[in-house]
Amino acid sequence: MTDASLPNGLRVLACTPLTLLQDAGRWGWQHLGVSPSGVMDLRAAAWANYLLGNPWGTPLLEWALGGLRLQIKQDTWIAVCGAERSITLDGQTCPHATRFAVRSGQLLELGAAVAGLWGYLAVAGGFQVKPVLGSVATQMRERLGGLGGQGQIIKAGDWLPCHRAHYPRAAHRPLAFKPDYRNPKPVRVMLNPATVKDGSWTDAPFWEQRWRLSPSSDRMGIRLQGKALAALPVVPWSQGVVTGSIQLPPDGQPIVLMADRQTIGGYPVLGWAHPLDLGALAQIPAGQSVQFQPIERAQVQQDLRCFYRFFRPDAQT
Amino acid sequence: MIGCEPVGAEALLLVLADQPSPELSGRIRTLAERILKQLGPLIRDWVAGWTTLLLHYDLCLTDHQDLEQRLLPLLRDWLTDKASASSLKPYQHELAVYYDGPDLAYVAEQSGLSVADVIQIHSSTLYWVGAVGFAPGFAYLGTLDQRLVLPRRSTPRLSVPAGSLAIAERQTAIYPQASPGGWHLLGRCLEPLFDPDTQPPVRLQLGDRVRFVAVDLGSLDD
Repeated sequence: MTDASLPNGLRVLACTPLTLLQDAGRWGWQHLGVSPSGVMDLRAAAWANYLLGNPWGTPLLEWALGGLRLQIKQDTWIAVCGAERSITLDGQTCPHATRFAVRSGQLLELGAAVAGLWGYLAVAGGFQVKPVLGSVATQMRERLGGLGGQGQIIKAGDWLPCHRAHYPRAAHRPLAFKPDYRNPKPVRVMLNPATVKDGSWTDAPFWEQRWRLSPSSDRMGIRLQGKALAALPVVPWSQGVVTGSIQLPPDGQPIVLMADRQTIGGYPVLGWAHPLDLGALAQIPAGQSVQFQPIERAQVQQDLRCFYRFFRPDAQT
Repeated sequence: MIGCEPVGAEALLLVLADQPSPELSGRIRTLAERILKQLGPLIRDWVAGWTTLLLHYDLCLTDHQDLEQRLLPLLRDWLTDKASASSLKPYQHELAVYYDGPDLAYVAEQSGLSVADVIQIHSSTLYWVGAVGFAPGFAYLGTLDQRLVLPRRSTPRLSVPAGSLAIAERQTAIYPQASPGGWHLLGRCLEPLFDPDTQPPVRLQLGDRVRFVAVDLGSLDD
């Protein structure tokens, strides 16, 4: 195959073993057991798309565990958000959390993360990939989405197709919205009222300690290690769960359900993490620790509405 | 009494009964269909458990209180609608199964039965789909004959082959995809249970009835 017959877009010269196409998730299929999946850090991904004027949930690249080298084969614009790293275009440094122009033939190099874990690379108009069940989100376990539609991770040699685009000027994320991945804030949690209803379970040990992120954490769940919590009453029959549900298995070590979570669960749930704090949690490397603090549901809903108004203005009534 | 509990900031859990039953699962499916028909755009996703219905709602369009108000008349009708239970004729599947799983002998030994008895008991029960989840197309079937009830394996297998027919506690199921699993493997079902390119993508749906038909291993050569 000659270059002329290849699609226009970005050619992956080198990538990490965890480089994935993602979007806002495969919603609408949980009743059949299909995970919603989607990006791990909603805020960072939303900014990357926002900077390019892309609609909410436009397909972008998400990766962890190192850097990327991409050959540009299309005149377009790019935004890189999420974990902090070096960004160079033909050796010239480009700023993080901005949009910038790239020309066909240029080499884009993204270094390993110096703070945070997950990076996001969006292109103008998004990557043009056929969705499966309404989403391109790569679900490796379920073999859904991604470049080939069967949950494939991105590998060297892959083409990421995208359209030509031009903007009159650069734009960047305001500094006020810059997260500090080196000093993560406590993750705010809505306590499940059912767990403290009869007074037999006390939540204090959950808030008081710092929890270490286990190396066995993945896109499905972040496993916490600490002084074991007392067991919660058994859930007699499995029931639906949400992203951010904090399960408490019999060993007393909580699990925070993340993007690639299952749809239904049988473990008791002690509470639910603030959906807008999950991204910051996802950006904490294994071995480091996190603390939790309580928040009311009304406040979480207010934060979410504000977030959606900004990033999803078309979703409002 | 129906419970209506918040789950996180963008979902609501309806607790519809204390105990599961085949009729309840069929009725939960009816309820979910009615809710989607009437409140469609507000609901992003729904997940039925054995006795519950979780509704993921769109916070841009509704919230817990608003949704609860809109659900009340639907739930009232559903509770008093005696016809909804009887008018619904559940779909019945017959799935051909090769009972040649690696745990068959273990299950027989633990239950104090012969392998032939285990196969006979497992294949003579009419099951119902009480929940769909864990993985795409994974249907939790209830309820297993008391004589076959065993706790899950103490160490889950890292990979259970696709199509594996398994039991654990009072449930039985087929793994639609290869996945880790802690259930005991009795056999194999060669029929696909999940295909994203077909409509609907899953074969077994909430409230459906399922019977397993033991296939003679000799017929594999045909």
